[in-house]
Amino acid sequence: MKSTPYLLALPALLLFAVVVIAPLGMTVALSFHDWGQYKGIEPVFILKNWKEVFTDSYYGEMFGRTFRIALLVTLITAVFGAPEAYILNRMKSPWRGIFLLVILGPLLISVVARTLGWALLFGGNSGLVNKALMSAGLISAPLPFMFTETGMVVALSHVLMPYMVLSVWAALQRLDPQVENAAVALGAGPLTTLRRIVLPQAMPGILSGGIIVFALAASAFATPAIIGGRRLKVASTLAYDEFLNTLDWPLGAVVAVLLLAALVTIVVVANWLVERRYAAVFR
Amino acid sequence: MSRNGPVALLYHALFVVFMVAPIVVVVWVAFTPEGYLSFPTDRWSLRWFYALARYPEFIAAFWRSLGLGALSSFLAIAVSVPAALAIGRHRFRGREAMTTLFMSPLMIPSVVLGIAFLRFFTQIGLGGTFVGLVLSHIVIVMPYALRLTLASAIGLDRSIEHAAVSLGASEAAVLKRITLPLVLPGLVSGWALAFINSFDEVTMTVFIAAPGTETLPVRMFLYIQDNIDPLVTSVSACVIAVTVAALVALDRAYGLERLLVGRGSNGR
Repeated sequence: MKSTPYLLALPALLLFAVVVIAPLGMTVALSFHDWGQYKGIEPVFILKNWKEVFTDSYYGEMFGRTFRIALLVTLITAVFGAPEAYILNRMKSPWRGIFLLVILGPLLISVVARTLGWALLFGGNSGLVNKALMSAGLISAPLPFMFTETGMVVALSHVLMPYMVLSVWAALQRLDPQVENAAVALGAGPLTTLRRIVLPQAMPGILSGGIIVFALAASAFATPAIIGGRRLKVASTLAYDEFLNTLDWPLGAVVAVLLLAALVTIVVVANWLVERRYAAVFR
Repeated sequence: MSRNGPVALLYHALFVVFMVAPIVVVVWVAFTPEGYLSFPTDRWSLRWFYALARYPEFIAAFWRSLGLGALSSFLAIAVSVPAALAIGRHRFRGREAMTTLFMSPLMIPSVVLGIAFLRFFTQIGLGGTFVGLVLSHIVIVMPYALRLTLASAIGLDRSIEHAAVSLGASEAAVLKRITLPLVLPGLVSGWALAFINSFDEVTMTVFIAAPGTETLPVRMFLYIQDNIDPLVTSVSACVIAVTVAALVALDRAYGLERLLVGRGSNGR
Protein backbone atom coordinates (compact mmCIF):
# COMPACT_ATOMS: atom_id res chain seq x y z
CA MET A 1 0.00 0.00 0.00
CA LYS A 2 1.39 3.33 -1.04
CA SER A 3 -0.55 5.31 1.53
CA THR A 4 0.42 3.10 4.49
CA PRO A 5 3.32 5.23 5.82
CA TYR A 6 1.21 8.39 5.64
CA LEU A 7 -1.63 6.71 7.53
CA LEU A 8 0.80 5.47 10.17
CA ALA A 9 2.29 8.93 10.66
CA LEU A 10 -1.11 10.65 10.55
CA PRO A 11 -1.68 11.07 14.32
CA ALA A 12 1.76 12.63 14.80
CA LEU A 13 1.35 14.79 11.68
CA LEU A 14 -2.04 16.08 12.82
CA LEU A 15 -0.66 16.84 16.29
CA PHE A 16 2.28 18.80 14.86
CA ALA A 17 0.14 20.65 12.32
CA VAL A 18 -2.27 21.82 15.01
CA VAL A 19 0.03 22.27 18.02
CA VAL A 20 3.30 23.40 16.35
CA ILE A 21 2.79 24.85 12.88
CA ALA A 22 -0.45 26.73 13.60
CA PRO A 23 0.87 28.38 16.83
CA LEU A 24 4.12 29.41 15.12
CA GLY A 25 2.14 30.94 12.26
CA MET A 26 -0.07 32.76 14.74
CA THR A 27 3.02 34.15 16.49
CA VAL A 28 4.37 35.56 13.23
CA ALA A 29 0.95 37.14 12.59
CA LEU A 30 0.89 38.46 16.17
CA SER A 31 4.13 40.37 15.58
CA PHE A 32 2.30 42.59 13.05
CA HIS A 33 -0.67 43.35 15.31
CA ASP A 34 -1.17 46.61 17.17
CA TRP A 35 -1.20 46.93 20.95
CA GLY A 36 -2.07 49.63 23.43
CA GLN A 37 -2.13 49.82 27.20
CA TYR A 38 -5.92 50.12 27.32
CA LYS A 39 -7.14 48.71 24.02
CA GLY A 40 -5.13 45.47 24.20
CA ILE A 41 -4.23 43.58 21.01
CA GLU A 42 -5.79 44.80 17.76
CA PRO A 43 -5.63 42.31 14.87
CA VAL A 44 -4.46 44.73 12.17
CA PHE A 45 -1.40 44.60 9.91
CA ILE A 46 1.19 47.22 10.86
CA LEU A 47 4.98 47.38 10.96
CA LYS A 48 5.13 49.46 14.16
CA ASN A 49 6.64 46.74 16.38
CA TRP A 50 9.24 45.71 13.82
CA LYS A 51 10.26 49.37 13.31
CA GLU A 52 10.56 49.85 17.06
CA VAL A 53 12.84 46.80 17.49
CA PHE A 54 15.05 47.80 14.55
CA THR A 55 15.34 51.51 15.44
CA ASP A 56 15.53 51.49 19.25
CA SER A 57 19.17 50.83 20.22
CA TYR A 58 17.99 49.07 23.40
CA TYR A 59 17.02 46.01 21.35
CA GLY A 60 20.22 46.02 19.34
CA GLU A 61 22.22 46.11 22.56
CA MET A 62 20.14 43.27 24.01
CA PHE A 63 20.53 41.03 20.92
CA GLY A 64 24.26 41.91 20.89
CA ARG A 65 24.55 40.75 24.51
CA THR A 66 22.61 37.55 23.75
CA PHE A 67 24.89 36.51 20.90
CA ARG A 68 28.08 37.69 22.65
CA ILE A 69 27.25 35.46 25.63
CA ALA A 70 26.39 32.55 23.30
CA LEU A 71 29.68 32.91 21.43
CA LEU A 72 31.74 33.04 24.65
CA VAL A 73 29.94 30.00 26.07
CA THR A 74 30.57 28.11 22.81
CA LEU A 75 34.30 28.92 22.93
CA ILE A 76 34.63 28.00 26.61
CA THR A 77 32.82 24.67 26.25
CA ALA A 78 34.94 23.81 23.17
CA VAL A 79 38.28 24.73 24.78
CA PHE A 80 37.56 22.89 28.04
CA GLY A 81 35.12 20.18 26.94
CA ALA A 82 37.09 18.73 24.01
CA PRO A 83 40.21 17.81 26.07
CA GLU A 84 37.95 16.25 28.70
CA ALA A 85 36.21 14.10 26.08
CA TYR A 86 39.64 12.95 24.88
CA ILE A 87 40.77 12.10 28.44
CA LEU A 88 37.48 10.23 29.04
CA ASN A 89 38.01 8.27 25.85
CA ARG A 90 41.44 7.12 27.07
CA MET A 91 40.15 5.90 30.42
CA LYS A 92 39.82 2.23 31.29
CA SER A 93 36.51 0.46 31.37
CA PRO A 94 34.82 0.93 34.76
CA TRP A 95 36.06 4.50 35.27
CA ARG A 96 35.06 5.62 31.83
CA GLY A 97 31.44 4.60 32.35
CA ILE A 98 31.33 6.16 35.82
CA PHE A 99 32.77 9.52 34.79
CA LEU A 100 30.68 9.64 31.64
CA LEU A 101 27.63 9.31 33.90
CA VAL A 102 28.98 12.01 36.25
CA ILE A 103 29.65 14.46 33.42
CA LEU A 104 26.62 13.75 31.21
CA GLY A 105 24.19 13.17 34.08
CA PRO A 106 23.78 16.90 34.90
CA LEU A 107 22.25 17.27 31.42
CA LEU A 108 19.10 15.67 32.77
CA ILE A 109 19.04 17.46 36.13
CA SER A 110 16.69 20.45 36.33
CA VAL A 111 18.37 23.56 34.95
CA VAL A 112 16.72 25.57 37.74
CA ALA A 113 18.47 23.44 40.38
CA ARG A 114 21.83 23.71 38.59
CA THR A 115 21.56 27.48 38.24
CA LEU A 116 20.51 27.77 41.88
CA GLY A 117 23.79 25.99 42.69
CA TRP A 118 25.72 28.68 40.83
CA ALA A 119 23.75 31.45 42.51
CA LEU A 120 24.78 29.92 45.86
CA LEU A 121 28.43 29.55 44.77
CA PHE A 122 28.59 33.13 43.46
CA GLY A 123 26.69 34.51 46.47
CA GLY A 124 27.86 38.12 46.62
CA ASN A 125 31.45 39.13 47.39
CA SER A 126 31.95 36.43 50.02
CA GLY A 127 30.84 33.62 47.69
CA LEU A 128 32.76 30.38 47.52
CA VAL A 129 33.98 31.00 43.95
CA ASN A 130 35.53 34.32 44.95
CA LYS A 131 37.09 32.81 48.08
CA ALA A 132 38.61 29.97 46.03
CA LEU A 133 39.94 32.30 43.31
CA MET A 134 41.44 34.68 45.88
CA SER A 135 43.11 31.94 47.95
CA ALA A 136 44.54 30.51 44.71
CA GLY A 137 46.03 33.96 44.09
CA LEU A 138 44.27 34.35 40.73
CA ILE A 139 42.45 37.54 41.70
CA SER A 140 43.11 40.12 44.44
CA ALA A 141 39.62 41.58 44.85
CA PRO A 142 36.27 39.76 44.64
CA LEU A 143 34.73 39.69 41.16
CA PRO A 144 31.04 40.40 40.77
CA PHE A 145 29.31 37.31 39.33
CA MET A 146 25.66 37.74 40.25
CA PHE A 147 23.76 40.07 37.89
CA THR A 148 26.69 40.20 35.43
CA GLU A 149 27.47 38.74 32.02
CA THR A 150 30.49 36.96 33.53
CA GLY A 151 28.20 35.06 35.88
CA MET A 152 25.82 34.16 33.04
CA VAL A 153 28.70 32.88 30.91
CA VAL A 154 30.12 30.71 33.72
CA ALA A 155 26.74 29.21 34.66
CA LEU A 156 25.69 28.64 31.02
CA SER A 157 29.05 27.01 30.25
CA HIS A 158 28.34 24.56 33.04
CA VAL A 159 24.76 23.95 31.95
CA LEU A 160 25.73 23.30 28.29
CA MET A 161 29.12 21.60 28.79
CA PRO A 162 27.67 18.04 28.60
CA TYR A 163 26.48 18.67 25.01
CA MET A 164 30.03 19.52 23.91
CA VAL A 165 31.63 16.57 25.73
CA LEU A 166 28.96 14.28 24.26
CA SER A 167 29.51 15.53 20.73
CA VAL A 168 33.32 15.29 20.84
CA TRP A 169 33.06 11.91 22.56
CA ALA A 170 30.87 10.62 19.72
CA ALA A 171 33.43 11.85 17.16
CA LEU A 172 36.32 10.24 19.04
CA GLN A 173 34.50 6.89 19.00
CA ARG A 174 35.31 6.75 15.28
CA LEU A 175 39.01 7.26 16.02
CA ASP A 176 41.02 4.06 15.63
CA PRO A 177 43.54 3.97 18.54
CA GLN A 178 45.92 2.11 16.21
CA VAL A 179 46.33 5.28 14.13
CA GLU A 180 47.62 7.10 17.20
CA ASN A 181 49.94 4.20 17.99
CA ALA A 182 51.19 4.21 14.41
CA ALA A 183 52.02 7.94 14.65
CA VAL A 184 53.98 7.33 17.86
CA ALA A 185 55.74 4.34 16.32
CA LEU A 186 56.74 6.51 13.35
CA GLY A 187 58.44 8.92 15.74
CA ALA A 188 55.76 11.59 16.37
CA GLY A 189 55.89 13.25 19.80
CA PRO A 190 52.72 13.38 21.95
CA LEU A 191 51.97 16.99 20.92
CA THR A 192 52.40 16.24 17.22
CA THR A 193 50.11 13.23 17.56
CA LEU A 194 47.46 15.36 19.27
CA ARG A 195 47.70 18.15 16.72
CA ARG A 196 48.03 16.09 13.53
CA ILE A 197 46.07 12.93 14.33
CA VAL A 198 43.56 13.45 17.17
CA LEU A 199 42.48 17.07 16.64
CA PRO A 200 41.53 16.71 12.96
CA GLN A 201 39.37 13.71 13.80
CA ALA A 202 37.77 15.42 16.82
CA MET A 203 37.06 18.60 14.82
CA PRO A 204 33.69 17.55 13.34
CA GLY A 205 32.54 16.74 16.88
CA ILE A 206 33.79 20.08 18.23
CA LEU A 207 32.06 21.97 15.41
CA SER A 208 28.71 20.18 15.61
CA GLY A 209 28.84 20.42 19.42
CA GLY A 210 29.57 24.12 19.02
CA ILE A 211 26.49 24.61 16.87
CA ILE A 212 24.27 22.91 19.47
CA VAL A 213 25.81 24.86 22.37
CA PHE A 214 25.54 28.18 20.52
CA ALA A 215 21.87 27.65 19.67
CA LEU A 216 20.99 26.60 23.22
CA ALA A 217 23.03 29.41 24.82
CA ALA A 218 21.43 32.08 22.63
CA SER A 219 17.93 30.88 23.56
CA ALA A 220 18.60 29.94 27.21
CA PHE A 221 16.05 31.32 29.62
CA ALA A 222 16.14 30.10 33.23
CA THR A 223 19.90 30.60 33.75
CA PRO A 224 20.09 34.20 32.43
CA ALA A 225 16.86 35.03 34.29
CA ILE A 226 18.17 33.80 37.66
CA ILE A 227 21.79 34.98 37.32
CA GLY A 228 21.00 38.19 35.42
CA GLY A 229 18.19 39.30 37.69
CA ARG A 230 15.58 41.76 36.53
CA ARG A 231 17.87 44.27 34.83
CA LEU A 232 20.38 42.38 32.69
CA LYS A 233 18.19 41.12 29.84
CA VAL A 234 18.85 38.69 27.00
CA ALA A 235 16.44 38.01 24.12
CA SER A 236 14.49 35.23 25.83
CA THR A 237 14.11 37.01 29.18
CA LEU A 238 13.05 40.19 27.40
CA ALA A 239 10.39 38.28 25.45
CA TYR A 240 9.20 36.78 28.75
CA ASP A 241 8.91 40.27 30.24
CA GLU A 242 6.90 41.60 27.30
CA PHE A 243 4.52 38.65 27.49
CA LEU A 244 3.97 38.25 31.22
CA ASN A 245 4.77 41.64 32.77
CA THR A 246 4.33 44.47 30.23
CA LEU A 247 1.71 42.42 28.35
CA ASP A 248 2.83 43.92 25.02
CA TRP A 249 2.47 40.58 23.23
CA PRO A 250 3.06 41.85 19.65
CA LEU A 251 6.42 43.37 20.65
CA GLY A 252 7.39 40.17 22.47
CA ALA A 253 6.41 38.22 19.35
CA VAL A 254 8.81 40.32 17.23
CA VAL A 255 11.68 39.49 19.61
CA ALA A 256 10.75 35.78 19.51
CA VAL A 257 10.42 35.64 15.71
CA LEU A 258 13.74 37.48 15.28
CA LEU A 259 15.48 35.11 17.70
CA LEU A 260 14.07 32.09 15.86
CA ALA A 261 14.99 33.47 12.43
CA ALA A 262 18.53 34.40 13.51
CA LEU A 263 19.14 31.02 15.12
CA VAL A 264 17.72 28.97 12.26
CA THR A 265 19.86 30.93 9.78
CA ILE A 266 23.03 30.56 11.85
CA VAL A 267 22.48 26.86 12.54
CA VAL A 268 21.57 25.96 8.94
CA VAL A 269 24.52 27.87 7.46
CA ALA A 270 26.96 26.51 10.06
CA ASN A 271 25.68 22.95 9.53
CA TRP A 272 26.04 23.33 5.78
CA LEU A 273 29.62 24.62 6.12
CA VAL A 274 30.60 21.83 8.53
CA GLU A 275 29.04 19.12 6.40
CA ARG A 276 30.65 20.44 3.24
CA ARG A 277 34.07 20.57 4.90
CA TYR A 278 33.72 17.14 6.51
CA ALA A 279 31.49 15.44 3.95
CA ALA A 280 33.39 12.17 4.28
CA VAL A 281 32.83 11.93 8.04
CA PHE A 282 29.07 12.40 7.95
CA ARG A 283 28.42 10.06 5.04
CA MET B 1 44.31 1.44 25.42
CA SER B 2 46.80 4.11 26.44
CA ARG B 3 46.57 5.74 29.85
CA ASN B 4 46.31 9.35 30.90
CA GLY B 5 49.33 11.16 32.36
CA PRO B 6 49.30 13.06 35.69
CA VAL B 7 48.53 16.40 34.02
CA ALA B 8 45.54 14.88 32.25
CA LEU B 9 44.28 13.33 35.48
CA LEU B 10 44.63 16.64 37.36
CA TYR B 11 42.68 18.36 34.57
CA HIS B 12 40.07 15.63 34.73
CA ALA B 13 39.74 16.05 38.53
CA LEU B 14 39.24 19.83 38.22
CA PHE B 15 36.72 19.30 35.43
CA VAL B 16 34.68 16.84 37.50
CA VAL B 17 34.73 19.28 40.45
CA PHE B 18 33.43 22.03 38.14
CA MET B 19 30.64 19.76 36.87
CA VAL B 20 29.41 18.51 40.26
CA ALA B 21 30.12 21.54 42.49
CA PRO B 22 26.84 23.42 41.95
CA ILE B 23 24.81 20.25 42.41
CA VAL B 24 26.66 19.25 45.59
CA VAL B 25 26.27 22.76 47.00
CA VAL B 26 22.50 22.73 46.48
CA VAL B 27 22.12 19.38 48.24
CA TRP B 28 24.50 20.45 51.02
CA VAL B 29 22.69 23.70 51.76
CA ALA B 30 19.37 21.81 51.83
CA PHE B 31 20.51 20.13 55.06
CA THR B 32 21.34 23.37 56.89
CA PRO B 33 19.78 23.87 60.34
CA GLU B 34 19.92 27.66 59.96
CA GLY B 35 17.01 29.87 58.98
CA TYR B 36 19.03 31.56 56.24
CA LEU B 37 21.44 30.49 53.50
CA SER B 38 24.68 29.48 55.13
CA PHE B 39 27.46 27.73 53.32
CA PRO B 40 29.50 25.82 54.22
CA THR B 41 27.70 24.41 57.23
CA ASP B 42 29.01 21.62 59.46
CA ARG B 43 25.76 20.87 61.30
CA TRP B 44 22.97 18.87 59.71
CA SER B 45 19.23 19.05 60.00
CA LEU B 46 16.13 17.94 58.12
CA ARG B 47 14.40 21.16 59.15
CA TRP B 48 13.91 22.40 55.60
CA PHE B 49 12.56 19.07 54.37
CA TYR B 50 9.91 19.19 57.11
CA ALA B 51 9.20 22.78 56.08
CA LEU B 52 8.82 21.56 52.51
CA ALA B 53 6.30 18.90 53.54
CA ARG B 54 4.14 21.70 54.98
CA TYR B 55 4.37 23.90 51.91
CA PRO B 56 1.32 22.85 49.85
CA GLU B 57 2.24 24.74 46.65
CA PHE B 58 5.43 22.75 46.11
CA ILE B 59 3.76 19.44 47.01
CA ALA B 60 0.87 20.04 44.61
CA ALA B 61 3.28 21.14 41.87
CA PHE B 62 5.38 18.01 42.43
CA TRP B 63 2.40 15.66 41.90
CA ARG B 64 1.26 17.70 38.91
CA SER B 65 4.73 17.44 37.31
CA LEU B 66 4.81 13.71 37.95
CA GLY B 67 1.37 13.19 36.38
CA LEU B 68 2.10 15.52 33.47
CA GLY B 69 5.41 13.80 32.72
CA ALA B 70 3.93 10.31 32.92
CA LEU B 71 0.87 11.13 30.77
CA SER B 72 2.52 13.27 28.10
CA SER B 73 5.41 10.80 27.70
CA PHE B 74 2.95 7.92 27.34
CA LEU B 75 0.96 9.80 24.69
CA ALA B 76 4.18 10.84 22.91
CA ILE B 77 5.23 7.17 22.72
CA ALA B 78 1.73 6.24 21.53
CA VAL B 79 1.92 8.60 18.52
CA SER B 80 5.64 7.86 18.00
CA VAL B 81 5.21 4.12 17.47
CA PRO B 82 3.19 4.28 14.22
CA ALA B 83 5.28 7.26 13.05
CA ALA B 84 8.49 5.31 13.75
CA LEU B 85 7.12 2.32 11.81
CA ALA B 86 6.39 4.62 8.87
CA ILE B 87 9.80 6.29 8.92
CA GLY B 88 11.80 3.19 9.83
CA ARG B 89 10.21 0.64 7.52
CA HIS B 90 8.97 2.56 4.50
CA ARG B 91 10.58 4.66 1.81
CA PHE B 92 8.20 7.41 0.73
CA ARG B 93 8.11 10.99 -0.44
CA GLY B 94 8.48 13.53 2.36
CA ARG B 95 10.12 11.03 4.72
CA GLU B 96 13.08 13.33 5.46
CA ALA B 97 10.83 16.35 5.89
CA MET B 98 8.60 14.40 8.25
CA THR B 99 11.55 13.36 10.41
CA THR B 100 12.78 16.97 10.51
CA LEU B 101 9.31 18.14 11.54
CA PHE B 102 9.04 15.66 14.42
CA MET B 103 12.57 16.52 15.59
CA SER B 104 11.95 20.29 15.24
CA PRO B 105 11.06 20.90 18.92
CA LEU B 106 14.78 20.35 19.61
CA MET B 107 15.69 23.08 17.09
CA ILE B 108 13.05 25.69 17.91
CA PRO B 109 14.03 27.64 21.04
CA SER B 110 11.79 26.71 23.98
CA VAL B 111 11.05 30.40 24.55
CA VAL B 112 9.60 30.67 21.05
CA LEU B 113 7.54 27.51 21.56
CA GLY B 114 6.32 28.86 24.90
CA ILE B 115 5.20 32.11 23.30
CA ALA B 116 3.54 30.31 20.40
CA PHE B 117 1.68 27.94 22.76
CA LEU B 118 0.61 30.84 25.00
CA ARG B 119 -0.90 32.69 22.04
CA PHE B 120 -2.48 29.55 20.57
CA PHE B 121 -3.99 28.16 23.80
CA THR B 122 -5.33 31.57 24.82
CA GLN B 123 -7.03 31.93 21.43
CA ILE B 124 -8.70 28.50 21.53
CA GLY B 125 -9.71 28.74 25.18
CA LEU B 126 -7.17 26.29 26.62
CA GLY B 127 -5.04 28.98 28.27
CA GLY B 128 -3.63 27.90 31.63
CA THR B 129 -5.32 24.47 31.54
CA PHE B 130 -3.84 21.05 32.22
CA VAL B 131 -4.95 19.88 28.75
CA GLY B 132 -2.82 22.63 27.23
CA LEU B 133 0.15 21.55 29.37
CA VAL B 134 -0.24 17.94 28.21
CA LEU B 135 -0.51 18.88 24.50
CA SER B 136 2.57 21.10 24.67
CA HIS B 137 4.59 18.55 26.62
CA ILE B 138 3.76 15.79 24.11
CA VAL B 139 5.30 18.02 21.44
CA ILE B 140 8.48 18.87 23.35
CA VAL B 141 9.24 15.27 24.42
CA MET B 142 8.33 13.87 20.98
CA PRO B 143 11.94 13.99 19.64
CA TYR B 144 13.18 11.86 22.54
CA ALA B 145 10.28 9.41 22.27
CA LEU B 146 10.65 9.13 18.50
CA ARG B 147 14.44 8.68 18.60
CA LEU B 148 14.19 5.57 20.78
CA THR B 149 11.06 4.10 19.15
CA LEU B 150 12.76 4.60 15.79
CA ALA B 151 15.88 2.83 17.04
CA SER B 152 13.65 -0.11 18.11
CA ALA B 153 11.79 -0.18 14.80
CA ILE B 154 15.01 -0.16 12.75
CA GLY B 155 16.87 -2.55 15.06
CA LEU B 156 14.11 -5.13 14.87
CA ASP B 157 15.16 -8.17 12.87
CA ARG B 158 12.16 -8.81 10.63
CA SER B 159 13.26 -12.35 9.77
CA ILE B 160 12.15 -13.37 13.28
CA GLU B 161 8.63 -12.14 12.50
CA HIS B 162 8.72 -13.91 9.12
CA ALA B 163 9.86 -17.11 10.84
CA ALA B 164 6.94 -16.90 13.26
CA VAL B 165 4.48 -16.41 10.37
CA SER B 166 5.94 -19.32 8.44
CA LEU B 167 5.55 -21.48 11.56
CA GLY B 168 1.84 -20.70 11.49
CA ALA B 169 1.51 -17.82 13.96
CA SER B 170 -1.40 -15.45 13.39
CA GLU B 171 -0.74 -11.74 12.91
CA ALA B 172 -2.00 -10.99 16.42
CA ALA B 173 0.22 -13.70 17.89
CA VAL B 174 3.28 -12.31 16.10
CA LEU B 175 2.57 -8.85 17.46
CA LYS B 176 1.99 -10.08 21.00
CA ARG B 177 4.66 -12.78 21.28
CA ILE B 178 7.42 -11.50 18.96
CA THR B 179 7.24 -7.81 18.02
CA LEU B 180 6.11 -6.27 21.32
CA PRO B 181 8.61 -8.09 23.57
CA LEU B 182 11.40 -7.10 21.19
CA VAL B 183 10.55 -3.39 21.04
CA LEU B 184 9.38 -3.01 24.65
CA PRO B 185 12.80 -2.12 26.18
CA GLY B 186 13.20 0.67 23.62
CA LEU B 187 9.69 1.96 24.30
CA VAL B 188 10.16 1.94 28.07
CA SER B 189 13.51 3.73 27.77
CA GLY B 190 11.99 6.25 25.37
CA TRP B 191 9.21 6.85 27.85
CA ALA B 192 11.69 7.33 30.70
CA LEU B 193 13.84 9.77 28.73
CA ALA B 194 10.73 11.69 27.67
CA PHE B 195 9.53 11.69 31.28
CA ILE B 196 12.78 13.19 32.60
CA ASN B 197 12.68 15.91 29.96
CA SER B 198 9.06 16.75 30.70
CA PHE B 199 9.67 16.66 34.47
CA ASP B 200 12.55 19.16 34.18
CA GLU B 201 11.08 21.43 31.48
CA VAL B 202 10.79 25.03 32.63
CA THR B 203 11.43 27.50 29.78
CA MET B 204 8.39 26.63 27.68
CA THR B 205 6.09 25.75 30.58
CA VAL B 206 6.68 29.03 32.42
CA PHE B 207 4.75 30.78 29.64
CA ILE B 208 1.65 28.60 29.68
CA ALA B 209 1.31 27.55 33.32
CA ALA B 210 -1.16 29.58 35.35
CA PRO B 211 -1.50 29.63 39.16
CA GLY B 212 -3.09 26.27 39.82
CA THR B 213 -1.40 24.52 36.88
CA GLU B 214 2.22 25.32 37.76
CA THR B 215 4.69 22.47 37.42
CA LEU B 216 7.43 21.97 40.00
CA PRO B 217 10.29 23.56 38.00
CA VAL B 218 8.04 26.55 37.20
CA ARG B 219 7.06 26.92 40.86
CA MET B 220 10.77 26.73 41.79
CA PHE B 221 11.76 29.28 39.16
CA LEU B 222 9.09 31.76 40.26
CA TYR B 223 10.06 31.22 43.90
CA ILE B 224 13.76 31.90 43.16
CA GLN B 225 12.80 35.10 41.31
CA ASP B 226 11.49 36.48 44.60
CA ASN B 227 13.83 34.98 47.18
CA ILE B 228 16.55 32.38 47.53
CA ASP B 229 16.24 30.58 50.86
CA PRO B 230 16.95 27.06 52.15
CA LEU B 231 13.40 25.93 51.26
CA VAL B 232 14.12 26.10 47.54
CA THR B 233 17.35 24.12 48.04
CA SER B 234 15.45 21.31 49.76
CA VAL B 235 12.98 21.18 46.82
CA SER B 236 15.93 21.12 44.43
CA ALA B 237 17.54 18.31 46.44
CA CYS B 238 14.33 16.26 46.02
CA VAL B 239 14.20 16.98 42.28
CA ILE B 240 17.86 15.98 41.93
CA ALA B 241 17.17 12.77 43.86
CA VAL B 242 14.23 11.84 41.57
CA THR B 243 16.30 12.55 38.43
CA VAL B 244 19.37 10.65 39.66
CA ALA B 245 17.20 7.65 40.59
CA ALA B 246 15.61 7.68 37.10
CA LEU B 247 19.07 8.11 35.54
CA VAL B 248 20.62 5.17 37.37
CA ALA B 249 17.63 2.98 36.49
CA LEU B 250 17.92 4.05 32.84
CA ASP B 251 21.65 3.42 32.83
CA ARG B 252 21.11 -0.11 34.17
CA ALA B 253 18.25 -0.87 31.80
CA TYR B 254 19.50 0.68 28.58
CA GLY B 255 22.93 2.26 29.06
CA LEU B 256 23.16 6.02 29.41
CA GLU B 257 25.87 6.20 26.79
CA ARG B 258 23.71 4.44 24.23
CA LEU B 259 20.75 6.59 25.24
CA LEU B 260 22.57 9.90 24.85
CA VAL B 261 25.00 9.15 22.05
CA GLY B 262 22.29 7.24 20.24
CA ARG B 263 24.06 4.08 19.22
CA GLY B 264 25.73 0.93 20.57
CA SER B 265 28.00 1.57 23.53
CA ASN B 266 31.69 0.87 23.26
CA GLY B 267 33.60 -1.45 25.52
CA ARG B 268 30.81 -2.47 27.83
